[in-house]
Amino acid sequence: MLTVSGLHRSGLTPISLTVSPSECISLSGPSGSGKSLFLRAIADLDPNQGDVSLDDRPRESFSGPNWRKKVAYLSAEPGWWSDAISDHFKDFSHSLPLIERLGLPPDCGRWQVSQTSTGERQRLALVRTLQNDPQVLLLDEPTAALDRTMTNIVETIIQEHLVLGCTVIWVTHDKEQAKRMGQRHFCMDSGNLTEGAL
Amino acid sequence: MSYITLTYWDLALASLLILLNASISFAFQLGIGTKLLIATLRSLVQLSLMGLVLKTLFTLSSPYWTGFAALFMVLFAGREIMARQKRRFAGLWAYGLGTATMLMASVFVTGVALVTIAPDPWYEPRYALPLLGMIIGNTMNGISLGLHNLVEGLTRDKAAVEAQLALGESKWTATLPIVRNALTTAFMPIINSMSAAGLVLLPGMMTGQILAGADPVEAVNYQILIMFLIAGGVALGALSSVLSGVLRLTDQRHRLRIDRLVSLEKRPQ
Repeated sequence: MLTVSGLHRSGLTPISLTVSPSECISLSGPSGSGKSLFLRAIADLDPNQGDVSLDDRPRESFSGPNWRKKVAYLSAEPGWWSDAISDHFKDFSHSLPLIERLGLPPDCGRWQVSQTSTGERQRLALVRTLQNDPQVLLLDEPTAALDRTMTNIVETIIQEHLVLGCTVIWVTHDKEQAKRMGQRHFCMDSGNLTEGAL
Repeated sequence: MSYITLTYWDLALASLLILLNASISFAFQLGIGTKLLIATLRSLVQLSLMGLVLKTLFTLSSPYWTGFAALFMVLFAGREIMARQKRRFAGLWAYGLGTATMLMASVFVTGVALVTIAPDPWYEPRYALPLLGMIIGNTMNGISLGLHNLVEGLTRDKAAVEAQLALGESKWTATLPIVRNALTTAFMPIINSMSAAGLVLLPGMMTGQILAGADPVEAVNYQILIMFLIAGGVALGALSSVLSGVLRLTDQRHRLRIDRLVSLEKRPQ
């Protein structure tokens, strides 16, 4: 269970929120309204104030890296730090089944990052995030660059993690996707988070 | 030792070359004529002053005055490191980080040099100041290249660093590709000049000693010592400044803190 209480930073008014295991909440709102700032604050990637805890264990009792292994943030524009795709995975062969499920060929580990499309990188970044088996997934428009078929596969994979007890916050601009994935729906507007119907 | 003393007429004759440069600048409208003139005058005045200062210091041969001159050189080089950065650390760090690491590296290496050469007394300014000057000059270059590449790398590849942080890697792992690049760039000039030494370029100090009548083999020994000292100073300075830079631009929670930089280029409003 992810508990957020009075979380604030520049660009956000204090936010309190509890998301249960196996629960997915959708988050929408105009660009620049603070959705990514909110997710980054939960993952402790930017300075922020307030209490965040995982299964009643406060964030401060984890080191930064250990917290982010459990509470994983997937950026809308994920970064790459090496030339070859496989350098970005702890064990590429271990991740390969999931990569192939997402429609990429087995030899894509040898590809150069610069030669891949936005959609390919988005799928690979999702696999990369899932290799730590995080308890909480903070997904920032994970299917923005994907077609219908690939979007379905990503949604199915996340559903499987939800069944296993994962907690998910899913940022999307697509109302249909929010309906399919989210049990509750939230909207961000100028740094204010409100719960409501779609 | 005997050498031919230069007269002011000799210098005036050589200065005709500068006039040649200036006329090229005017002919091709390079627009550097004024800059060239100012640079020439500056080097003239600064070097003449330096000559007088060194002469005084040599006669005094006092540890305090030598130390004071050394401090002045370090502080000025620190300012130079800061001036070369496009993005600076906010607050006192802008000046402090480069200056402190350079002070540490150059004082340590000069100490090694003085122990090796063992002049009597150890603070004999004829040895201490030129050695410190050469070491500072190169260490300063190493540090400003290292810091520049670290800061530019972290700013440009913010997404790549944060991708690793978001996957639960430590700040050291996440910044390693950029640290590596910064250190390689910092070491490149001294590696290049060591490779070319003797083949392409005759280093200035060696040339000076030979002109002053020293045995070339002796001069070479001095030059080799100096190269090693410079390499040591650059390594120590670049490593300590780049690692302190990483510490300053990350925090306890292993976040990237680009917000601790200020850019000199103003954003259009």
